[in-house]
Amino acid sequence: MLNYALNRVLTLVPTLLAASFLVFMFIHLIPGDPASILLGDTATPEEVAELSRELGLDEPLWTQYVLWLGNVLQGDLGTSVFFREPVLSVIADGAETSVLLATMTMFWIVVFGVPIGIISAIRHGSWVDQATSGGAMLFASVPTFWLGLYLILIFSVGLGWFPSSGFPSLADEGGASNLRYLVLPSLTLAAPNAALIIRLIRASMLDVSREDHVRTARAKGLHPVRVAIRHVFRNALIAVSAAFGFTFAALVSEAVVTETVFSLPGIGRLVVQSILRRDYPVIQGVILIIVVFYMAINLLVDLAYASLDPRVSLK
Amino acid sequence: MALLDIRDLDLRIARGRELLPVVQGVSLAVEENETLGIVGESGCGKSLTALAIMGLLEGSVVRIAGGSVHFRGRDLLALSPDERRRVMGDQMAMIFQEPMTSLNPVYRVGDQIREAILQHRRMSRKQARDRALDLLELVRIPDPLRRIDSFPHQMSGGQRQRVMIAMALACDPKLLIADEPTTALDVTVQKEVLELMRSLQARNGMSIVLISHDLGVVSEICDKVAVMYRGKIVEQASTSTLFSNMSHPYTLGLLGSIPSTDHDVEWLDAIPGRVPTLDEAVPGCAFHPRCFAANESCRSADPSASAVSPAHIVRCHFPQGSSS
Repeated sequence: MLNYALNRVLTLVPTLLAASFLVFMFIHLIPGDPASILLGDTATPEEVAELSRELGLDEPLWTQYVLWLGNVLQGDLGTSVFFREPVLSVIADGAETSVLLATMTMFWIVVFGVPIGIISAIRHGSWVDQATSGGAMLFASVPTFWLGLYLILIFSVGLGWFPSSGFPSLADEGGASNLRYLVLPSLTLAAPNAALIIRLIRASMLDVSREDHVRTARAKGLHPVRVAIRHVFRNALIAVSAAFGFTFAALVSEAVVTETVFSLPGIGRLVVQSILRRDYPVIQGVILIIVVFYMAINLLVDLAYASLDPRVSLK
Repeated sequence: MALLDIRDLDLRIARGRELLPVVQGVSLAVEENETLGIVGESGCGKSLTALAIMGLLEGSVVRIAGGSVHFRGRDLLALSPDERRRVMGDQMAMIFQEPMTSLNPVYRVGDQIREAILQHRRMSRKQARDRALDLLELVRIPDPLRRIDSFPHQMSGGQRQRVMIAMALACDPKLLIADEPTTALDVTVQKEVLELMRSLQARNGMSIVLISHDLGVVSEICDKVAVMYRGKIVEQASTSTLFSNMSHPYTLGLLGSIPSTDHDVEWLDAIPGRVPTLDEAVPGCAFHPRCFAANESCRSADPSASAVSPAHIVRCHFPQGSSS
């Protein structure tokens, strides 16, 4: 297992090289450069050239890439053009929000999605199943910005239960109680994702329930609920575990719309804004870290497979 | 009173809006310590009959449309699902045709056997594990102390079927239903498993219903045999009577289809044609299109069951043995 993990980490290196190279080149294909954006419309060409030289943007692309790579290997992701801060600390700020948001979202998915998925599989074809399937389709189809705005309207503006925007760090005043800022955005994100998990759990449980070993379990005289949980769901979980992993990864990196609706300083919004600002070092840094993050989740999913399914051995 | 007494069992399968009959008027009785074989081609309704006895049709497309299944004096079909489950796996157990897939891949075999024990018996987990160990020894799994912690995929088909048998015997059932228990196994392993079932029957004093398509297997371990064709029992007798005096042309055809291991034969006398599908209506005797003895009356009237001798029932207009 340890060997396997080490191997996987080693295969990370070429992937990261390829990803960073592609990202670096693609960014520079975007018209516009950070210097002119920073200085605004009124800047003279001389001022722009001066700033470009300061930022090292006048060098050939190859040189820039190699310089950047050399710094990255020493643990230095560079300095944000826009924030004038180390890229790492810019990303760390966003990561706190995104990881907490994704974790809370996963919590809702597990608390609501898993039981509903199991129930609709057990009662498949019944009105309970029809209702949950219909509800799941509805939530999967509703755009998050619409759902987010309505949640704000009802729970912030109307009832005043939760704040509607922003997220102060847990290290700031308020401490853990600042998590209340994430309740509405995490519910917004959870709705479509829980709907997909419900459908997935239902489908894979129905698949498993047709297998021979489920008949064996029933022949033992086990209660149908015990058969459904211990035998059917336990096997269905193998297929569902991958979806959990990738949902979490996507929640951390791709929650742009929800982060925008709730003005959250998350990773998704950081990427989009950095692209608009042509903040090359931040874009490169974030993408690099997201690639590492995805590969870590991938590895975790594989480890989860191996621990859920005794037939899988990692070599 | 027979241990198991089935009367006029009717099963239907839901096909769209229709309910097509798949098992019709099946009556069978199994005494204590007796082994009954049910023989027939695929799709003749023998497995469905077994599942109906066991109570595993619930949730499938097959409905019980009529008849009764009395087990130890109680009509199982009249029990509530909870009462029914108290019988399943305890007084009555079942093993299946597919040993490779009939065990849950994610649990150790010992835990799966223990689950069957703890479902019906009050004992500690430790006691149940000891019992599981005894059972594995009973079904002659080599090195049971190690095997009890194996996963199913680490075992061969024959061993998995032994585990299935151990699981079925967990609560010392009075009736074991074995649905083609050896079909998926190698010939040598088949013999061992049949031998095992026979010795366990002698040791535990239980009855067996053996579902098979193989008359050879049936002749070896069954006390009596019911031959099914297209949902009906066409011939039923004690094994010795049946094999000395086969009366139904279908039974004769089945026997003719067994390849001999003593001498080479170029051609097997297979039964011509195929089993009609469910939605094909066959007027008269369901077997007449494939029967060598069929004539006009077979095409028009379905024969009723009649006794050619006491305890030898045949459903045929022209039973063979008695007339020739």
